[in-house]
Amino acid sequence: MTLILKNIAKTFPGGTRALLPTSLEIAGGEIVSLLGPSGCGKTTLLRIIAGLQTPDPGAEIRFDGEDVAALPVEKRKVGMVFQSYALFPNMPVRGNIGYGLKMQRLPKAEIAARVDEVIALCRLEAYADRPIGALSGGQRQRVALARAFAPRPRILLLDEPLSALDAALRTELRGELAALLRQFGITAIFVTHDQDEAMAIADRVAVMSHGRVAQIGTPEALYRKPETAFVARFVGNAMPLGGRIGKDRLYLPGGVLALAAPADGKQAFVRAEDVRIDPEGPLTARVETVTFLGTHYRIVLSGITKDPLHALHSGLSAPKTGETVKVSIAPEAILTLSAEDEKAA
Amino acid sequence: MLRSPAKLLQLFVTLVTCAFLFVPTLQSVLAGVTANYFRGLSSGLTLKWITEVWELYADSIFLSVWLALACLAVTLVIGVPAAYGLARNPGRVSRILEEFISLPLAIPGLALALALLQLYGSFKGFRASPAFILTGHVLYTLPFMVRSVLSVLMAMDLKTLEEGAATLGAGPVRRFIDIVVPNAMPGILAGALTVVTLSIGEFNLTWMLHTPLTKTLPVGLADSYASMRLEIASAYTLVFFLMIVPLLMAMQWASARASAKASKAAQ
Ligand SMILES: Nc1ncnc2c1ncn2[C@@H]1O[C@H](COP(=O)(O)OP(=O)(O)OP(=O)(O)O)[C@@H](O)[C@H]1O
Ligand SMILES: [Mg+2]
Repeated sequence: MTLILKNIAKTFPGGTRALLPTSLEIAGGEIVSLLGPSGCGKTTLLRIIAGLQTPDPGAEIRFDGEDVAALPVEKRKVGMVFQSYALFPNMPVRGNIGYGLKMQRLPKAEIAARVDEVIALCRLEAYADRPIGALSGGQRQRVALARAFAPRPRILLLDEPLSALDAALRTELRGELAALLRQFGITAIFVTHDQDEAMAIADRVAVMSHGRVAQIGTPEALYRKPETAFVARFVGNAMPLGGRIGKDRLYLPGGVLALAAPADGKQAFVRAEDVRIDPEGPLTARVETVTFLGTHYRIVLSGITKDPLHALHSGLSAPKTGETVKVSIAPEAILTLSAEDEKAA
Repeated sequence: MLRSPAKLLQLFVTLVTCAFLFVPTLQSVLAGVTANYFRGLSSGLTLKWITEVWELYADSIFLSVWLALACLAVTLVIGVPAAYGLARNPGRVSRILEEFISLPLAIPGLALALALLQLYGSFKGFRASPAFILTGHVLYTLPFMVRSVLSVLMAMDLKTLEEGAATLGAGPVRRFIDIVVPNAMPGILAGALTVVTLSIGEFNLTWMLHTPLTKTLPVGLADSYASMRLEIASAYTLVFFLMIVPLLMAMQWASARASAKASKAAQ
């Protein structure tokens, strides 16, 4: 199902503008992640698509061209996985998964068959008749997904589906969830504030900030070509290179760098993996700390710009703390971005 | 076990207290099955008095049972949706409404009865019918039903559960039937037993509201103490006990279950 959102905004009664007018298009079968810091309006946008919240007037929500903005949630045929799962404690696993099918008034035999199918797909056979209270967090997460998927919704909406799990399980289930969603072949939107999770699961990621979508694109595009300073910082932790930009030169306290193109009035950023310890480098820095991380070293350098810069250094040895080193940054590795949304971020 | 003097004293006090409570009860129960109370147990045991109570007061017993069940029905129909409404709209207005419903708890039964008499006393048909007493009982028991259901509903994330059901295609009525009621069941059960027990045992308000034709079990008890021989009054007490004690025990069990459920849902 293709989803078209036009002009979706939300102002809460207290006056909080949780969402500024937002437009978005999602192709059939695509998995899109809404990524952003806490309070940026991810849940609000998801709930508006589901019909659990009404957008400000003038909004357009189209499922395959059909305007569903006026349909109540129970008629929209969306599948939703809640952060807390919201499984019904008064029904066993099978009852939960079959509930949506029961609401469609399907014959009993068909419900049973389809529930079995979904249970097999989600590998829940061993727990099918357990009460919800007797499941682990990871099992509950799968039941919630199975329940949302069983009635064959037009779109699957997931609000931080992994955030209730501990870190190790979260990473493990991330791959499983991505595989299941692909297997379902369903259009899906999932909300997260974890960058790695968004990149691992989604075809495209919409980075949100302060009630608007700052940029939407494939994980690679967001990483390599961020359009705003906020996106650069949020995706891949780009660090600001605070200095003066004059034509195609960047004048920093620690030296002068060449830029790939003139960038007057912009801000420069760099990522840790692009900061090189290089005896021929034009920058001078002091080594503050060195952390050995197995495959590489993380080195904190001061003196290049106002804030310390991190460098990822691979090699058999690293400089020592307190040493003065030369550093280079390739012109192509410097991200030059307009600074306007820096205030908002 | 340590047989220290302190322990012995403790045991003694406990036994005396129990005796203080049980002896009159036992005496009363025995009086109800003794052929002649003034000649004591030597006159022999009999069920005669109980039969006589049945003959004299069967109507009161039936009326009380009917009232309790009717009261239960009304408090269920009003109380469960009311508790649901309060749970779904937590706010100042809800808190005020909740207090308002609970008001009859703070007002003495007599005052409540007087107010009812003043307001509806002149509607002769209503005044003389058991429905008049029912009104009083509903006013008195409703807060117990509402609070019992409300406490269970507040302990769970009702809003999200309902949202979950809604995304699966359940409209408001289905959500109430499939999600709200089953999950509130422990609270409903505890509330129901409280309502029935209170309604069967209620005296203050009922005594003011009753007519010679609408006498309930406790009113009949007072009546039998006032006008019958002691054995009959005692036999009556026995009947009353037999009806109310199982209810009390069931109520204890149900409310323990409800609070266990609520604390489990809360974690
Ligand atoms: N019911 C509400 N009434 C008033 N303000 C609200 C309401 N729900 C959300 N907000 C506000 O709207 C903004 C966006 O909230 P939202 O829940 O969409 O954020 P989020 O991106 O999902 O954050 P998180 O990652 O913490 O879940 C926040 O500032 C929040 O305080
Ligand atoms: Mg959220």
